[in-house]
Amino acid sequence: MSRIDLLFGALVGATVLTWLVGVESSASHTVAGVAVLAIGFIKLRLVGIHFMELGNAPVVLRSIFEAYAAVAFLVLTILYIGV
Amino acid sequence: MTVQLDAPAERASSPGGPRQRHLPGEEGLWVFIMGDLLMFGVFFGVLVVSRAKDVAVFAEAQAHLHVELGLLNTVLLLTGSWFVARGMQALKARSPRRTRWFVAALATAVAFASVKVLEYSLLISDGQTPADNDFFMYYFVFTGIHLAHLVIGAVFLTVLVTIARRPQLTVGRFRLAECGAVYWHMVDMLWLVLFPLLYVVR
Repeated sequence: MSRIDLLFGALVGATVLTWLVGVESSASHTVAGVAVLAIGFIKLRLVGIHFMELGNAPVVLRSIFEAYAAVAFLVLTILYIGV
Repeated sequence: MTVQLDAPAERASSPGGPRQRHLPGEEGLWVFIMGDLLMFGVFFGVLVVSRAKDVAVFAEAQAHLHVELGLLNTVLLLTGSWFVARGMQALKARSPRRTRWFVAALATAVAFASVKVLEYSLLISDGQTPADNDFFMYYFVFTGIHLAHLVIGAVFLTVLVTIARRPQLTVGRFRLAECGAVYWHMVDMLWLVLFPLLYVVR
């Protein structure tokens, strides 16, 4: 089984986790919402780094992508919890 | 000119040698990709801010969505991305199975679009339309724009199938294949945030 196959399994597992945390769990909406957003952005990053091959891309491009994922998650979380 | 298929991968992993970085696809494509990611970033922000202004209306409207269909579509897109990643590996290695990975990815694109059309028809027959409230306006507009991206991605996947079927892989064709693969993964990435924001976050 290759790294790509393992990553696919992890991504599907994370999707099931999104369902469990966001829909099935009894956690507060805010906690569940932030957790689900975090899972979504971790998945986005994994797809970018491994499937898109940004992990081996020029440093500038990879850095822009990493910054996008981090800043977008941070801004959305702040907007969501209403700080 | 025939491309050195596995040269980037070999250079990247050559023991003791400096790591050779490789830009998948074309620079111009990456400008478009980053612009698209920014545009969807604004969409995500608009959704969160609008929800905060009218939590009750958003929660009531969200309850009409078919979460299981959204979940199914997420798995379909992840599967499509996996197929494309395996297809690119097979293309570089000139594996005889390379074409079937891209055909399978194309099937996931068709399946995603079919599920989306089913979902739209279920919602509309249930009386939910973009004119109902802000939530459904954003839902139909943002998922519609994403669906348009998916259709373009399906065209790229068709190009990938065509390239994979050719006996010769030129540098130009390989670069075009990389562009198609990168674009397809972007379609997947956008949905990975759109899905939780629309269907799950309360």
